[in-house]
Amino acid sequence: MVPLNHYLYLSAILFSIGAVGVFTTRNAMIIYMCIELMFNAVNLTFIAFSKFLNNLDGHIFTFMVMTVAAAEAAVGLAIIISMFRNKETVNVDEINLMKG
Amino acid sequence: MEILIPTINLESIYPEILITVFAILVLLLQVFTSLPGRKQLGYISLTGIVLASIIVLTQGGAFGENTALPIYSFSNLWVVDNFSRFFKLIILIGTGLTVLISIKYLKDEGIDHGEYYSLILFTTIGMMIMAGGSDLITIFLGIELMSISLYVLTGYTRKRLLSNESSLKYFLLGSFATCFLLYGISLLYGATGTTNLKGISGFISDANFGSPVLIIGMVLLLIGFGFKVASVPFHMWTPDVYEGAPAPITAFMSASPKAAAFAAFLRVFIEALPSLQGVWVDIIWVLAAMTMTAGNVIALVQDNVKRMLAYSSIAHAGYILVAFISTDKSGIASILYYMLAYTFMNIGAFAIVIIIGGKGEEKVHVKDYTGLGYRYPLTAAAMTLFLLSLTGIPPTAGFMGKLYLFSAAIKSGYVGLVTIAVLNSVISLYYYLKIIVAMYLKEPELDVAHDSLVFSPAMVIALIIAVCGVLLVGIFPSPYIAMAQQSYISF
Repeated sequence: MVPLNHYLYLSAILFSIGAVGVFTTRNAMIIYMCIELMFNAVNLTFIAFSKFLNNLDGHIFTFMVMTVAAAEAAVGLAIIISMFRNKETVNVDEINLMKG
Repeated sequence: MEILIPTINLESIYPEILITVFAILVLLLQVFTSLPGRKQLGYISLTGIVLASIIVLTQGGAFGENTALPIYSFSNLWVVDNFSRFFKLIILIGTGLTVLISIKYLKDEGIDHGEYYSLILFTTIGMMIMAGGSDLITIFLGIELMSISLYVLTGYTRKRLLSNESSLKYFLLGSFATCFLLYGISLLYGATGTTNLKGISGFISDANFGSPVLIIGMVLLLIGFGFKVASVPFHMWTPDVYEGAPAPITAFMSASPKAAAFAAFLRVFIEALPSLQGVWVDIIWVLAAMTMTAGNVIALVQDNVKRMLAYSSIAHAGYILVAFISTDKSGIASILYYMLAYTFMNIGAFAIVIIIGGKGEEKVHVKDYTGLGYRYPLTAAAMTLFLLSLTGIPPTAGFMGKLYLFSAAIKSGYVGLVTIAVLNSVISLYYYLKIIVAMYLKEPELDVAHDSLVFSPAMVIALIIAVCGVLLVGIFPSPYIAMAQQSYISF
């Protein structure tokens, strides 16, 4: 059986890849994909702990996270589309009307 | 295997059910309303908010001597106690004022759809869930319900590029912060085996609490909440989002969601992690000092009033964090009292920003306020009152609030931090006064001559409520302070 620590390392690595991706990519869609990766890294942590602790709370939490991520994706894609309609770009470097 | 069905206590979620019903009702009714009749939807949502406030006020008896509270329900996922009731009232007041100041704005901008009110009500449900959740699952769902509705509301004027931009930034940074919050929750769950706040605190006090997983989880949670309350260095989204969002939504975001975020923040850290206090008090000390200083110093150079108020709201989050670290009864009571005062004064100030801003929100700079004191003395007087209250000058609510916050921190021995806070209040006087000086002491330039301002009845009512709130809470503070003191979370 794969020990718990391996799952935790994997999810930490996935989370970090996602976090680095958010800072280094410039396309809003890809940034959102990186955020999804981070969500799924968290799900992996929950499932691993849930199995290890023999406790169902983690499973339930994962379902909640998945549902919320789906709702967030719907809203997020709509926001990106409305941005694209007005500006014809989703590159976050060009989205800079406000200073800061 | 026997499955136990938990007892369902619907009574404890009556206010939330009521707001949900009204949110859906507004959405359905807009199909049947003509365009001029759309503003009725605002008054319908307002009815829901008032009814919900009455239920919150009477739920489980009056504030104070009731021993029936706290009532735990839904397998300890949900709690009704004075703490959550007080925060729900603050949230509902903020929502009600927002609806009032929105009605005319929506008509002017041509966006008066029922979805707007519906989304505001859904945001309110999310915030009430944050205030009343006693489990990390409920709190997380509340945060997300609030955030997702707010992402949409921020981009609600979808033809304006500024609004699109702020909505996109809010969405990307908001979900990024949610990931940290969730990762923190998952590590806390792994370390303690439960997501229930009381369960976590029970486990930590039994077991050896120095486990690194636990500490990392706590720090990640702190990052997540730090983002939601807009504390430096997690504040980058605030100025842009506040500047680009429709002005009533900016007013809303700076008051109610901030209160809700503090409610969840306080409950998680004081109820679940009191044993780790030694660690998080130091981190919050640094956060508070940075938040106040950065917020105030950057606000000094702002010319756009909306952006200035955004930085000022960052600074106010810093003042609240000062009382946070005192973690005792008076510290928490002072945060509750300050949030109440802050809701009135901040939404009031934004109401004036909306009136001056006019169609398309073009007049949002300090120069647009010149000479306002001569042409519209009452409006200027109200703005002056709100700004003085934000600075913390007697006899306003802001003064009593700050006094109470800082004295709570001093009682707990954080003299150094309070010194920084008081110095910051002095700095903040400069940029608040800049607007007052423009209103009273400067001649209006020819090219910024005011068109005649339009006051809708709803807006006037909102302003009267805000002015009365600032004065009442400031001049006769004792009933509110007593109420806040009875709202202490007991653990």
